[in-house]
Amino acid sequence: MISFTVEDRNGERQPIEIPEGINLSLMEVLKASDYTILATCGGLAICATCHVQVLNGLDALPEPQDAELDMLDTLPDADSDSRLSCQIRIDETVDGAIFRIKSEEPI
Amino acid sequence: MITTDICIIGAGPVGLFAVFEAGLLKMRCHLIDALPQVGGQLSEIYPQKPIYDIPGYPAINAQTLVDNLMEQIAPFNPGFTLGERVEGLERQEDGSYIVTTTDSTAIHCQVVVIAGGLGCFEPRKPEIINLERFEGKGVSYMVKNPELLRDRRVVLAGGGDSALDWTIFLAGIAKEVTLVHRSDSFRGAPDSAEKVAELAKQGRINLILQSNITSINGNGHLQEVTVTAKDKSETTFMADNLIPLFGLTPKLGPIANWGLTIDKSAIHVNVADFSTNVERIYAIGDINTYPGKLKLILCGFHEAALMCQSAFHHVHPDQKLSFKYTTVNGVPTF
Repeated sequence: MISFTVEDRNGERQPIEIPEGINLSLMEVLKASDYTILATCGGLAICATCHVQVLNGLDALPEPQDAELDMLDTLPDADSDSRLSCQIRIDETVDGAIFRIKSEEPI
Repeated sequence: MITTDICIIGAGPVGLFAVFEAGLLKMRCHLIDALPQVGGQLSEIYPQKPIYDIPGYPAINAQTLVDNLMEQIAPFNPGFTLGERVEGLERQEDGSYIVTTTDSTAIHCQVVVIAGGLGCFEPRKPEIINLERFEGKGVSYMVKNPELLRDRRVVLAGGGDSALDWTIFLAGIAKEVTLVHRSDSFRGAPDSAEKVAELAKQGRINLILQSNITSINGNGHLQEVTVTAKDKSETTFMADNLIPLFGLTPKLGPIANWGLTIDKSAIHVNVADFSTNVERIYAIGDINTYPGKLKLILCGFHEAALMCQSAFHHVHPDQKLSFKYTTVNGVPTF
């Protein structure tokens, strides 16, 4: 199992366990776990409505690609630990990570 | 004023296919889209990407699908208002609607169909104290007419191509240009980043890195900008104009104020006909939500077909609708 923690906009943390080998992105897991993120572009790294801050485990994640970095650079509230959850695959690299939801609350 | 049977908001694949289904039932359509071309996400974002789940096409290029849809609906001669955002909706005494756009185009229709996909893209606003108070009074999110910035003290915020390009351009006409960026490097085009660095070196612009604009002030019009650096130190300086350039984010826009039942930026619909809670307004495609909703183009096509069967009763209340296959009737035109 792959375990990680999600912190919502109120600061409440919830552990999440996902079986290994499931081909999902963190964005898909967050939506399936009923977190209120829009993820309107469906994973194309063009809307940034799935923006997360990596509180723990940033170094273990694969480096962001150009499309993700380009998008992050347009966000006024992005920082060096910001990532787009649609670009993070659920595999051993996220084991033990802590993600805080940064995107704005949908209407 | 433009008069039509159905006004479709959004000219993406689902909006386009709705024209075909409406046409089969002898209903005329007019489409509005904020983008300057048809095709929605497909043409704007991934025109060369192959799509694999369109029935009958093992794979089809996104732009080709849009081109094919345009060919398919050509017999029904739809009207288009492109490059204008929908602004107003006014219900008439007889139940029909007048839809207006930001450029004052008015469309009188019997039925409104929202096929808005992601919604319209609006400027992403940073968290700056007093930002909205000074919108139109020194704060703007795009440069419409650079001449209005001639000989003015202009502050730009952002690190993308737009921020770099406008910094370079305005350095030639503004009295003073300051670019504030939260990072110490730029992801924009390397050539533009180099030019900005060179302008800063020459003292022709002020470059404030690793900082954010945190508040603005003025007396009726913007006068002061306060910048907070990563080390929490604050600097306040005079400015006439502030242009935050942080890209666009999808929003429902004015549609959110039309009395529709909305949850997480999606419009609730009745799965029987994809009608909303407001009579004669339908929502199809990615912009709607219902139990089991799948955001797929083919699901939007299905929704368009059912929507038209229902809309027919508003457009032709005195006629009986009998369902016919296209294999029987072909594609009769108006």
